[in-house]
Amino acid sequence: MASEVLLWQALNQAMDVEMEADDSVFTFGEDVALYGGSYRVTENLYAKYGEWRVRDTPISEGSFTGLGVGAAMIGLRPVVEIMTVNFALLALDAIINMAAKIPFMSGGQFPMPLVVRMPGGVAKQLAAQHSQRLEHTLMNVPGLRIATPATPQDAWWQLRQAIQSNEPIILLEHELLYFSKGKLDTAMEAIPMHRAVVRREGRDLTLISYSRTSLLAWQAADRLAAEGIEAEVIDLRGLSPIDWDTCAASLGKTHRLLVVEEDCGFAGAGAEIAATLAERCFYDLDAPVRRHAGLDIPTPYNGTLEAASIPTVSSIMAAARQLALEGVDA
Amino acid sequence: MKRNTLVAMLRDMLLARAFEERAAREYTRGNIAGFLHLYPGEEAVAVGVLHAAEPSDYVVSTYREHVHALVRGVPPGKVMAELFGRRDGCSGGMGGSMHLFDRERRFMGGYAIVGETYPVSIGIAYGIAMRELPEAVICFFGDGAVNQGTFHESLNMAALWKLPVLFVCENNRYQIGTEIHRHSAVTEVYKRACGYRIPAERINGMDVMDVYKATQSALQRIREGTGPQFLEIETYRFRGHSMADPGSYRPKVEVQAFQDEDPVTVVLEETVPDYPSAEHLSAIGKDNIEHLSGHIHREGFLSADQVERMRREIADTVENAVQFALNSPEPSMTDALAALHSNRGQEVLI
Repeated sequence: MASEVLLWQALNQAMDVEMEADDSVFTFGEDVALYGGSYRVTENLYAKYGEWRVRDTPISEGSFTGLGVGAAMIGLRPVVEIMTVNFALLALDAIINMAAKIPFMSGGQFPMPLVVRMPGGVAKQLAAQHSQRLEHTLMNVPGLRIATPATPQDAWWQLRQAIQSNEPIILLEHELLYFSKGKLDTAMEAIPMHRAVVRREGRDLTLISYSRTSLLAWQAADRLAAEGIEAEVIDLRGLSPIDWDTCAASLGKTHRLLVVEEDCGFAGAGAEIAATLAERCFYDLDAPVRRHAGLDIPTPYNGTLEAASIPTVSSIMAAARQLALEGVDA
Repeated sequence: MKRNTLVAMLRDMLLARAFEERAAREYTRGNIAGFLHLYPGEEAVAVGVLHAAEPSDYVVSTYREHVHALVRGVPPGKVMAELFGRRDGCSGGMGGSMHLFDRERRFMGGYAIVGETYPVSIGIAYGIAMRELPEAVICFFGDGAVNQGTFHESLNMAALWKLPVLFVCENNRYQIGTEIHRHSAVTEVYKRACGYRIPAERINGMDVMDVYKATQSALQRIREGTGPQFLEIETYRFRGHSMADPGSYRPKVEVQAFQDEDPVTVVLEETVPDYPSAEHLSAIGKDNIEHLSGHIHREGFLSADQVERMRREIADTVENAVQFALNSPEPSMTDALAALHSNRGQEVLI
């Protein structure tokens, strides 16, 4: 049945359904229980499932994320909420050295059904220590999977898939998307967790993105159509693994690629996407692969500067226009 | 204490010593590479603690964990094969010396980042408490690990939620090359547990019987549902930190003092007056294996001949472990990828 919901509500319903179905699912983090979660994702779950399954933790990211690792090793299904991705820097040992490596280092003896949810991205003037993106760090870790839901439907599907998986999965949620509305059909069969989706078909160039900027790219593409430029928009929906086939098929059609990301450009997710597709699709391309990324600068507090440090609909349009014309004889 | 328990503990301590000395030899022969941290001197800790545990308890250990695995029942051949990096090793050759795992025996791994054993332990313990099971988690760590943030974070959560964890500090007085008075403002490690209202005591780690008894009563209190317990067990490693470390930062007289059966007070007073304290060293005294075998002999449990026969059997066991390791094949890259994706099953990702 389909309804219009906010993205946090889709996550909240996904949590509820999975906790109802399997009593080994439990969640914990700062203010997830009594308070209901900073972005309301765990609202009402404490009252329904009790303190052992919905647990407020002390401010100890390193150890409570590691607690999730230990619990996952004995077959429980912990869903860790790290209040913001910025605090996850304190939990990287648990995520990178433990969760991603234990199944491997043990020769495949232990399951790791761990989900770590972390809100992140540039929100509204939260300043440098609360506006980080961490995908570049997490992508470079073999053994981790990363999903980046941008719509309520994907949030519902991907959180449920992550909880059901036996592998460690990071859900990068964008702080500006929790209160965005979209259609949720809970009866619709899910597509595979890491399959990319073509949000909009086009013929002139391909915009590849993920998380919030995939929605901005979509809006940019709709407006570019009025100018006669038809951009295809791909939402990767995840960053590890990446659905390269969907990307390559699109480049076979459009022959031009613009990667759009909110994270800093240097050594970021976009660099991996650009490099892999340049290698794979070189002979399909009519122009060099271009990247439109956040500036290589800590996020400024000042609102004007903050907005200027990351892609916007109009900056994406400008970059797309330029690429569409590149190498075309006037 | 029961004869059978004591004899079993002596056997494990002799096995531990023989296994580690052989590992050192295989390292110099080039059969073992990387980092190799050995346990001689500390045997009474692993043996005393783990003999007091139940098979249903979980064990989380450090990078100096060969003996913990052996005492837990991991076959010596599988441990040696892992040190050799072979396919039949207890971690399939993917982990090595510092990452021994054995799910069947609830040996939850050796961890090589100092301070990782606490969060893993409280996570397992959380699952036990949530399910209201009569099990416990034994969390090993060294004196050097108590200044890591996870120590404080995890002890706090363990106490807050009354998790069934036995924290066992193997205090060998050194964090690699830095002596405890130079790395800790409070050198009585057990006192730190008071900050989290976790009952704690300090045990002589050169006496396996003391270690066994203290562990037994601590585990009993944990099973009564009172929450975590903490043991600081004073011990000493005879070798350097790892095979790459000759241990030259330690006064020769200190190393000798721990290895020697004779009282050491006088020589210490003459050479290193307060560092470490003479009372402290003489209280610990001597090699823990000599101590136990002397006791067993005096009690009339085993004759010298019987102990000698036990040593020979153990020598055969260790020799067989080396042969098992040598005969085991190298793992392939396919094995490595299978380990990496071992939890994927039939899941379709794309």
